Amino acid sequence: MQLTDLTMLELAAKLAAGAVSSEEATRACLERIRQVDPKVRAFLRVDEDGALAAARASDARRKAGSPASPLDGVPVGLKDLFLTEGVETTAGSRILEGFVPPLDATVVRLLKEAGLPLVGKLNLDEFAMGSSNESSAYFPSHNPWDVTRTPGGSSGGSAAAVAAREVFGALGTDTGGSIRQPAAFTNTVGLKPTYGRVSRYGVIAYASSLDQPGPMTRTVADAAALLQVIARHDAQDSTSAAVEAPDYSADLEAGVRGLKLGVPRDYFTEGMDPEVEASVRAALAEYERLGATLVDVSLPHTKYALATYYLLAPAEASSNLARYDGIRYGLRARDARGLKELYAQTRERGFGPEVKLRIMLGTYALSAGYYDAYYLRAQKVRTLIREDFTKAFQQVDALLSPTSPVPPFKLGEKVDDPLSMYLMDVYTLPCNLAGLPGLAVPCGFTKAGLPVGLQILGRPFDEARLLRIARAFEREHDFFRRAAPLQGA
Amino acid sequence: MALTLEQVRHVATLARLALTPEEEQRFATRLSAVLDAVAQLQALDVEAVEPTSHATLAASLLREDATRPSLPPEKSLANAPAKSGTSFAVPKIIE
Repeated sequence: MQLTDLTMLELAAKLAAGAVSSEEATRACLERIRQVDPKVRAFLRVDEDGALAAARASDARRKAGSPASPLDGVPVGLKDLFLTEGVETTAGSRILEGFVPPLDATVVRLLKEAGLPLVGKLNLDEFAMGSSNESSAYFPSHNPWDVTRTPGGSSGGSAAAVAAREVFGALGTDTGGSIRQPAAFTNTVGLKPTYGRVSRYGVIAYASSLDQPGPMTRTVADAAALLQVIARHDAQDSTSAAVEAPDYSADLEAGVRGLKLGVPRDYFTEGMDPEVEASVRAALAEYERLGATLVDVSLPHTKYALATYYLLAPAEASSNLARYDGIRYGLRARDARGLKELYAQTRERGFGPEVKLRIMLGTYALSAGYYDAYYLRAQKVRTLIREDFTKAFQQVDALLSPTSPVPPFKLGEKVDDPLSMYLMDVYTLPCNLAGLPGLAVPCGFTKAGLPVGLQILGRPFDEARLLRIARAFEREHDFFRRAAPLQGA
Repeated sequence: MALTLEQVRHVATLARLALTPEEEQRFATRLSAVLDAVAQLQALDVEAVEPTSHATLAASLLREDATRPSLPPEKSLANAPAKSGTSFAVPKIIE
């Protein structure tokens, strides 16, 4: 067994026992990246010097008997949507090529304060807009379980790096499923916390009322430990919740006996891959065997969630992306005459096709004459979707569903068909519209050896219960021990 | 709903995007397809429904109105594509 095969908590235990140093663990990650990243292509940038300096500082703290946190010294990666002081941050876009942030995102600061070496910046769909990593302006990332397939998106680089054991864990962001879908595609655990649970300060914005950072790890216990580091009220983010974070690891092993778990019939619909459905149904049966009660529930407005999302998210994006004007940072069209032409040409050259499409869609939905028919109406339907969940959670403790309707698809398969790509988010995005926490946990493999993920949705700020439910399943089926075929490549 | 090229150009102007003729064509097709797909929302009666702009309706959190150090000019300007002294430089806008 290689050092990089350890989970975050297993490594933390070895660090605490003095059996291994953070520098050794970090060097093992760097070596692993050299070996497998030419195939996986998860990293946009590796910060070797920064990571090793942080690792040595961590080792010095250990030696002095004063580790900064339980995860002090455990190397992790960051989606390239998080601002990192002094380290280039591009959001996967040409418009930010060469941008070196003058400050750290709050969560990056928290990771540094907790002593976790940051190995590098991970690939993503441009400005987090996509479900396959193919809209990255740089290159697509590959799924370690089958390199001809996508690792999902938009946090596909984060998922691929964790699955390929290039880092012990990573942070992603989730606007419509961008943590959970890539986790499901790569046999990893992805947690999208309640909106407001984790600070968005210094996280490059896609759709501000939906975006939420969260952990991507190999195990449920790792997700709990990493969430513990970043779940903090932040005065710098006016939407950050002033709610104290509980001890996420405390009840992890409490099981599911006596819990009522809802199965939304609207999530088991036509178009779902039969092997995905079989894996998820088997997981539901497992929960029954473990003592939970399954309850049939209805979320009647589910079928409107996709349309609602694809109006609201682009509308917010068109507003957020107005800041890329070629004046203060990023690309500038050099030959433009006058300010208007400078804006238009800079943005024409800097943004990729999917980003332009969403800016156009959002601008249209917000424009005079269409605002009421599109944007305002979508906001009202959002209320109906939220109310569906509120009603369901009066009956049940959590909801179980597939994460993605299909297993990881081939790179290139859906690139020219945006609508078919948008359908990939059909089970994940209602959770963002309602601001709820959602978790994806490995629940099996297809015959071809492709991962399938179970999605668990919960009440606001109920992450601890989601983790406990996920752990109950993981204890019975330790799929996380299975290594992607890239192993040793 | 089919978007005309003229409408696409108008939206592009609002969005400050200088689209190529090929992009105008492509966006007319793709935007029309997406707008067709979202048209199903028109079927719902939402007359009496309040809109949701944020999912968690936390009371507006205010922070103390205190002066704090801000980014120093050299850091603020470090990524500027063009600068002049302690300012961002832009093309001349007054003839």
